[in-house]
Amino acid sequence: MADHQYKKLGFNIAMTIIIFCVSPLLILGIVLYMHFSNQYEMRMMETLRTLAENRRGALNLFFDERIAQLVTLGYTNTLEQMSNEEFLGKAFDVMQRRSRSFIDLGVIDQEGNHLAYVGPYREILKGVNYKHEEWFYAVKNTGEYVSDIFLGFRKMPHFIIAILVRGKTENWVLRATINSDVLQDIVDAAQIGKTGDAFIINRDNILQTKPRFRGEVMEPAPGPDFSKTMTFTEELLPSNGEKRLYAAVPLKSKQWVLVIGEDPKEVLAPLLRAKYIVGFLVLAGIFVISSVAVYTTRHLMQQLIISDQKKAAADELLMQSSKMAALGKMAAGIAHEINNPLAVIAEKAGWLKDLLAEEDMAHSPNLQEFQDTLNRIEYHVDRAKKVTHRLLGFARRMEPVIENVDINKVLDESVGFLENEARFLNINIQKDLDANLPIIKSDTTQLQQVFLNILNNAIDAIGRNGEINIKTKYLPRNNLVAIEIADNGPGIPKEVLSKIFDPFFTTKEVGQGTGLGLSISYGIIEKLGGNIKVASEPDQGTTFTIILPVSEPGTRAHHLAGY
Amino acid sequence: MDNFKVLLVDDEDDFRETLQKRLRNRKLQVEGAENGYKALEMLQSQDFDVVILDVKMPGMDGIQTLQEIKIKKPEVEVIMLTGHASVESGIQGMQLGAFDYVMKPVPLDELLDKMRQAYERKTMRASHGG
Repeated sequence: MADHQYKKLGFNIAMTIIIFCVSPLLILGIVLYMHFSNQYEMRMMETLRTLAENRRGALNLFFDERIAQLVTLGYTNTLEQMSNEEFLGKAFDVMQRRSRSFIDLGVIDQEGNHLAYVGPYREILKGVNYKHEEWFYAVKNTGEYVSDIFLGFRKMPHFIIAILVRGKTENWVLRATINSDVLQDIVDAAQIGKTGDAFIINRDNILQTKPRFRGEVMEPAPGPDFSKTMTFTEELLPSNGEKRLYAAVPLKSKQWVLVIGEDPKEVLAPLLRAKYIVGFLVLAGIFVISSVAVYTTRHLMQQLIISDQKKAAADELLMQSSKMAALGKMAAGIAHEINNPLAVIAEKAGWLKDLLAEEDMAHSPNLQEFQDTLNRIEYHVDRAKKVTHRLLGFARRMEPVIENVDINKVLDESVGFLENEARFLNINIQKDLDANLPIIKSDTTQLQQVFLNILNNAIDAIGRNGEINIKTKYLPRNNLVAIEIADNGPGIPKEVLSKIFDPFFTTKEVGQGTGLGLSISYGIIEKLGGNIKVASEPDQGTTFTIILPVSEPGTRAHHLAGY
Repeated sequence: MDNFKVLLVDDEDDFRETLQKRLRNRKLQVEGAENGYKALEMLQSQDFDVVILDVKMPGMDGIQTLQEIKIKKPEVEVIMLTGHASVESGIQGMQLGAFDYVMKPVPLDELLDKMRQAYERKTMRASHGG
């Protein structure tokens, strides 16, 4: 498999793992978060509602109490008593003892004349006539009245509670100014957290208490308009570019609306934190899954590549072996088919020679020609026979003769055979033989043949002026012996390299080589339980490496595939 | 001097006939048979000292023929003649009692030597056994 295919496969595996593991995690995270978010929002709304209800109750109670105080005062005293400012002052003191809510107290007759007044604004309010004031009309018509915050004659924001006392002879009005600070305090208690706000508006959306951040009393209220609210309302509304959570509820008197606002960011902070935690956990999960997926896939791919390489090497070896076996069979068949006619030719030629030798032919003028021709026929039959016999040698499944072999010695001898030729061609044969090389169980003669084959090829490849390096090495880990024969000849072209062990493959001129040397060598080494490999770089040279087992060659070549 | 009788068994007529002529030219008594059956028949009717037997023949092959010969005429020496790399069949032949095996094409002198040796062994065995 090509590199990019491994990468693609790895990517696909990793992605599959990641997608299948991350999807449930994401779904879990989202579902949990949504569930939590719903619950939390419900809780938050409930809390807000409770707060609003609580404040409304407190405000209603406040107004009820103030009105009840005034009613009690009005109906337990006569107008004459109340018109007496000293008496009124005493009564006011009693009321103040219970509560500091009242600022002043005034008694006004039917005509709007201020009959008596107790309070800090005596100088301003003494003798003022309220006949034409709006509140005065209202109280006369409805019996009790709570005003919006207004400036009034004293030019200070305040609000009043007035009741109509129906006397036996005439009706009169008891009017009290309420300290709006008290109201503010009650409302402010609902300003929770850092950004929570609470205020009261009237039906014209005019602020009756001071909001926490923006807006002043008697100014239009900031944010959304809740002035027409008739029942309890909770909404998430935009205010000042941000969403705010509002609860609005009308007070008992219906003329005012209590508004409580909260910044969802603040109230929702735990939810937000939960979001972050869930998000972080999901991200961490994705990271862990991805890392594991990538690591696992990479490991898997490495294993796959290694096993593929091993398989490829084993396949190659097996291919080479089966190729050799098939070619061997074919070679044997060819040799047989050729040997029979060759035998006939040889016999026929021999018979002719026999006849020539007889005396009646001795005087033939062409006797010499006949003899020469027959000799040539015999010579070429012999040549063909050598080829077929070598072929048979290649194909032969001859059991090697196993004996103790000193590879270094065999190499020395092999080099000895070729030393003169090499010296003549100015080829330097260098030996680097491992002195600790063990004696191995193998076949001396056959190994000799292999070494001579390779060395001959090396000399032929170099031609003139070159170097051959012979190296032996013991590989204790696998209990193997390695023999390396390297030349610095022209090298073997890549397209040829895979064929050099094939029978009849030769780069030499016709008649110079049979193309069987290396295939026979291959067969021999394989039978001896080893393997032979070639590496070549054009213009750098060629290196043959032979691996042989130290012990009896019972193992077949493919056991060495991993090497 | 070579007064022994040879039976040449080979399905290749050209080869058999030529070799026969050449051996006869060397004053040997040589008869030819083109297959195993014929060879066995001839062995039954005549006496031979040495049989030269081709391994690969149609019908009854060399090994089978050899087995028959060794049953019927165990004293006859057989030289196996093989055309291919069947060293196995050569060795098998020798295990079955053949004297030796040679590979085609074989030089005549070599074949003659082998035949003489085979005959020598036959006479030796006959005298020992006798």
